[in-house]
Amino acid sequence: MKRLNQLPLHLMLLPGVILVFIFAYIPMSGAVIAFKHFVPSKGIWGSEWVGFENFRYVFNLPGTMQVIWNTISIAGMKIIAGLIVPIVVTLLLNEVRLVFFKRTVQTLVYLPHFLSWVILSSILIDILSPSEGIVNKLIVALGGDPIYFLGSNAWFPFTLVVSDVWKEFGYGTIVYLAAVTAINPALYEAAKVDGASRWRQIWHITLPGMLPVIVLMGVLSLGNVLNAGFEQVFILYSPSVYESGDILDTLVYRIGFVDTQYDVSTAVGLFKSGVSFVLICVSYWLAARFANYRIF
Amino acid sequence: MIRLSMGRRVFVVANYAFLSILAILCIFPVVHELAISFSSADAISAGKVNFWPIGFTTSAYEFTLQKDEFIHATGISLLRVLLGCSLNMLLTLLIAFPLSKESVLKFRTGYVWYFVFTMLFSGGMIPGYLIVKNLGLIDSIWALVLPGAVPIFNVVLMLNFFRGLPKELEEAAFMDGAGYLTSLFRIYAPLSLPVLATTGLFTIVTHWNTWFDGLIFMNSMQHYPLSTYLQTVVVNMNLGSMSLEQLQQFQVVNQQNAKAAQVFLSIVPIMAIYPFLQKYLVQGMVIGGVKE
Repeated sequence: MKRLNQLPLHLMLLPGVILVFIFAYIPMSGAVIAFKHFVPSKGIWGSEWVGFENFRYVFNLPGTMQVIWNTISIAGMKIIAGLIVPIVVTLLLNEVRLVFFKRTVQTLVYLPHFLSWVILSSILIDILSPSEGIVNKLIVALGGDPIYFLGSNAWFPFTLVVSDVWKEFGYGTIVYLAAVTAINPALYEAAKVDGASRWRQIWHITLPGMLPVIVLMGVLSLGNVLNAGFEQVFILYSPSVYESGDILDTLVYRIGFVDTQYDVSTAVGLFKSGVSFVLICVSYWLAARFANYRIF
Repeated sequence: MIRLSMGRRVFVVANYAFLSILAILCIFPVVHELAISFSSADAISAGKVNFWPIGFTTSAYEFTLQKDEFIHATGISLLRVLLGCSLNMLLTLLIAFPLSKESVLKFRTGYVWYFVFTMLFSGGMIPGYLIVKNLGLIDSIWALVLPGAVPIFNVVLMLNFFRGLPKELEEAAFMDGAGYLTSLFRIYAPLSLPVLATTGLFTIVTHWNTWFDGLIFMNSMQHYPLSTYLQTVVVNMNLGSMSLEQLQQFQVVNQQNAKAAQVFLSIVPIMAIYPFLQKYLVQGMVIGGVKE
C-alpha cells in the first residue's frame, strides 16, 4: 500500500485536542484550588497553599457525613431498582405475543427518558401535591392520609428513586430486549419437547441468555455509586428535605455558587471525582475481566 | 388453537393489563400537561383536569406566544442546538477517523487515552466554571456549546464503526490520488450516515434539554436557553420578572394553565423527532455494541 504523509491525520485531531485541553485538562489542573485558600483577585496559581485545610473544614461540618450517606443510599437504591425493573419488564414484554401491543408499549415507555427533569418535575410537583395532586386524592379516596412526598424526609428519597425508575426503566429495557432476541429459538423448542413449563423456560433459557448483559450493566453501574442524580435532586429538593435529600453534587453547588467558597466546593468535588475515578476504573476492569467488554 | 391452562390465561390477562398501565404511566405526563394547557382556570383549580381538557380554551397559548421572553429563549435554544449539533458531529468525524487508523497513526494509544481519560475524571463544577469565566464566555452562546463540544462517547461509537468498514474502499481512493481528507468526507462520512444520524438525534435532545449550564454561565435572563428559562421562570414561577401588562394578562390565564402551555410547547420538538429516535434507537445500540 502507498504510504501517505500522516500529517493530515494529526491536523484533523488538533481542534479536538485543543478543545479537550481547554475544557477538560485546564479545569483538572484548576482543581488544585482545593488545596489553596482561593482569592479570586490573586488567581488560581497566585493563591496561597493550605494543604488539606479545605477538606478538614468540610468533613468536620456536622452535615457532611449525612450528605455522603444520602448520596450512597439514594444512588444505591437507584442502581438496584434500575437493574431489576427493566429485567422484569423485559421478561413480561417477552411473554407478549401480539406484536402490535408489544411495539406500542415499547414506544411509549421510552418516552420519559427523552424529557428533561425540568419538564418531569413540573408534572411531578403537580401530581404529588398533598392537597390537589391526583396521587394523594387516590390515597385519600382509599382511606389514607395525604403524603407530602416532596416535603417529608421519610418520603423524599423514596420519591426520588421511584420517579427516577419511572423515567429510565423503559430505556433500560432496550439492551435486555436486544439480548433476548439474540437467543436461539431452537432452545425453546427443545425445552418444549422436553415438557418444560413457561416458568422453566424463562428460568433456564431466557434469564441465562440475558445474564452476560445483566452482569455487564451491574458492573458498569458501580461507577455511579456517587452519582445520585444531580439535576433531579436540584430541581425537586427544598430546605425542608436537605436532611434526607442533600447529595454531594448539590452540596458542591451550594458551597460554590450560593456561599461562593470556591476552594471548599472544589475540595468536595475533587473528593467525589477521585472516589468515582477509582470506582469507574474498577468497574471497567471487572467488565473486561468478566463480560469481555472493552470501550475501545 | 392451543388451549391455554387456567393459570396461564390469568397470567396473560394480568400481564397485558400491567404492561398497559406501565405504558399509560409513561405517556401520562405529556397528556396531563396537554389537557391542563387547554383547560379553563376554574376547571384546573377545582382539580377536575386529568386526561382531557375541561372548559376548552386556547388563552394559555395566546399568552405564551405573545410573551417575548418565551420566543427569545426558544430562539437561543434553537441556535444552541444548531451550533452544538454541527460542531459535535464534525468533531466526532475528525477525531474518530484518525483514531481508527490503528496501524498507521503514530501515538494513537496516547491520543486515545488523552480523550478517554476525560470520561473517567473531571475537575468538577467550580474549575469548569472558572475556565469559562476566565475565557470571557459568560453570557455568550459559546459557553453552552464549547465545553461539551467533543462528545467522547460518540467518538468511541464512530471509531468502532469505522474500524468495521472494509479498508479496500479507502485504498482504491488512495490509488486514484485521494488524501485522508477526501477519504474521510467522500467515503467514510457518507457510509456512516446512519450512525451520524443516531448520534445527531441524541445530541439534539441533549442540547435542547440541558438547563444547568445556562443557569450558571448566563448572568441575565435574556441569555437563558428555553430549558433554563422554564426551570427558573416557569417551574419556580418568578413573578418579579414580569411587566405590569403581563401580570394583568396573567391574571386572566391561570398560572398552571400558562405553565403547562409553555412546558408542552417545549416538548413539541422532542415529540417531532421522537419517531426517528425510536427507529434508530435499537439500531444505534447494536452498532455501538459491535466489538472486535
